Amino acid sequence: MWHDAVLVAGKDLRIEARARVGLWQVVPFAVLVLVLLAFAIGPDQAALRHAAPGIFWVALLFSTVLAIQRSVAVESGEGTRDGLRLSGIDPAGIFLGKAAAVGLQLLALQLVLWAGMTLLFDVRVHVVWLAVVASLLATVGLACAGVLYGALSAGLRVRDTLLPLLVLPVLAPVLLAGSKAWEASLNGAAASGTQWLKILVPFAVIYLVVGIVLYGPLQEAG
Amino acid sequence: MAPVVHFRAAVALAGRFPALAGVDLSLHQGEVVVVMGPNGAGKTSLLRSCAGLLPVTSGEAVVLGVDLTEDHTSVRRYVGLLGHAAPLYDDLSAAENVRFATRALGLPASSADEALERVALTGRLRSTAAGRLSAGQRRRVALAALVARRPALWLLDEPHAGLDADSRTLLGRLIGEAVADGASVLLSSHEPQLSVPLADRVVAMAGGRVTGEEPGGRRAALSAVPTPRTDAGAVGIHVA
Amino acid sequence: MSSVAPTRPAAESAAPVPSPSRPRWLHVVGLLGVVAMGFTVWLGLWVTPPDVFQGNLARLLYIHPAIATVALYWVGIVAAGGSLLYLWPRTRSLFWDRLAASAVEVGVIFSALTLVTGSLWGRPVWGVWWTWDARLTSTALLLLLEIGYLALRRVPADLPVRARRCAVAALLIAVDIPIVHFSVYWWNTLHQAGTFLDPGFKIHASPSMSWTFLLSFVAFSLVFVWLLGVRYQVEVLQDAVGQEELEISLAERWSEGRAGEALAQPEWSGEVRPQPEWSGGGAAP
Repeated sequence: MWHDAVLVAGKDLRIEARARVGLWQVVPFAVLVLVLLAFAIGPDQAALRHAAPGIFWVALLFSTVLAIQRSVAVESGEGTRDGLRLSGIDPAGIFLGKAAAVGLQLLALQLVLWAGMTLLFDVRVHVVWLAVVASLLATVGLACAGVLYGALSAGLRVRDTLLPLLVLPVLAPVLLAGSKAWEASLNGAAASGTQWLKILVPFAVIYLVVGIVLYGPLQEAG
Repeated sequence: MAPVVHFRAAVALAGRFPALAGVDLSLHQGEVVVVMGPNGAGKTSLLRSCAGLLPVTSGEAVVLGVDLTEDHTSVRRYVGLLGHAAPLYDDLSAAENVRFATRALGLPASSADEALERVALTGRLRSTAAGRLSAGQRRRVALAALVARRPALWLLDEPHAGLDADSRTLLGRLIGEAVADGASVLLSSHEPQLSVPLADRVVAMAGGRVTGEEPGGRRAALSAVPTPRTDAGAVGIHVA
Repeated sequence: MSSVAPTRPAAESAAPVPSPSRPRWLHVVGLLGVVAMGFTVWLGLWVTPPDVFQGNLARLLYIHPAIATVALYWVGIVAAGGSLLYLWPRTRSLFWDRLAASAVEVGVIFSALTLVTGSLWGRPVWGVWWTWDARLTSTALLLLLEIGYLALRRVPADLPVRARRCAVAALLIAVDIPIVHFSVYWWNTLHQAGTFLDPGFKIHASPSMSWTFLLSFVAFSLVFVWLLGVRYQVEVLQDAVGQEELEISLAERWSEGRAGEALAQPEWSGEVRPQPEWSGGGAAP
């Protein structure tokens, strides 16, 4: 399973490094969301600083949908879906590999978003470990849940419109917990932030386990 | 010995459409069977069912000892399917694509390189992104991936389409080598003059069923004194 | 399949839809539901006194909690249980798939009613139609998740494929709901000084009110079971229509095989095909 996961993750990341869809489309889109939400809130520096964590996580959530769609699109070339099913790779390995590839891209994206937030909204992360732990946990959850729902919508003609409808409500707890944890770490109130890790941990664990178990049946149902 | 493929009254649905409407077919080890029939006869579906991609919903279907009506996924790593579309990642090079296929089975990278040589993909073509290859070259890359995996059952869906003369000769040679290696081949075709000489048996399909059978040309070709055949004799198939 | 499917002229005209045969118990449940609902309405509107603090508004007590219970618990149990039992190989049967799907569809109605009645209650008590109360918010998310499930179910596929896909989706939603609930609960309570008091707490219940309150649970649960049963029957009928279509296309496929037997003419030439005997005179092209 782990060998297969490394193989699939390596393949996906290599394709991403060649095609640069993430770099030229997903990252600019995330920054765009950051700027648009700032426009909607207005130039009031205090209000922006207050809203910054929420803006960060909304931008991340929307970008996750794009990253997932990209991850599905890689496999939906003519014949490649069948190719992957015939390859003999363990479905759990495919799931872990694709989730790892998406997760690594989301981490890179968060670095960009964090830099953008620091520049545009003049916020500083005071409790660094809290922000980092929250981001790591959220990334696992977003990647696993996203890849699962991506597989669910993969074979469908309506997948591009169906995927956001299916996945965004599911990801809502990550948005809540993530932005609250980041808010705490921006305000230097670590105590009130750790509470939110109790949402992020089960979310990540549950979708990781469910994905390993259910990816096989899901792949067949596409 | 149990046949490699054993289908009896096998029904398979593509969506709600009965792509296979009761297929009877058996294929023994070392045999090359060519399936012929008009468009929509169910040839592609038959191959996909054998590969475990299209589940058989009723009837008997056993491939390489696996009952497909109960478990259609575990047979996949032992078969090689060459479909209409080559299953390649456009952003990976030809060699990377083949290596991905071999590493998935835990085979060394050398088997991938060797296979690329056997399909005569050399030099710059190997490191070219698959998306920039021509259709015929892509099929050769897919064929290399198939050869490298050394499947026990080859499932070739109209393999001659889009190949130039050299590649067709190459394909015939690869099939011969595979059979000598103990593999079996099920091949669908529209071009009897190319496929019948390769076949032990030729099977006719129509309406999702097997409607007839006739000996192919391989036996004749292998025997010491080749019997002259007219073109019409090679093309026409008598219905049982 | 690259092939072009033959036209299916007889699919609509010839498929005799079996007449709906509802089991007797379903009629009984429906009748009991109507009676219980009638009593709830009568007791709730005329017999019980208005509440000391909330006046006639408190009569929402006989609707809202019962609807919410059905929407959150009964639907959840049936949908998650059915999906789980479908995915479990030993109990795999389309019965569970249809039951789960029916539950979600009925659940959408009950979730929406929960939101509407909650909102009606909230307007006079809280002064706003909507508040980011933890339970309202998580019910709204539940409704969105259910709509997503139904959208997925409408995507055409053959039955086992659709069943498996939907069962997985239902389980993914089921594991999400507790997380949604807790996150929304904390999100709301931790950052708002005084949460709104549950309006139910302010009611001083007289015996008639308590009985009516209990009866409303029975009435809405019966209605839920009845709707579930009816929806299940509809699901069976829909699938039966699909099965008829399948048999017709299977028969067409056979006749196509006969027509295409002479391989000298590789493409079917369009002459009159033998018609399936039982197609009831459906017009062939």
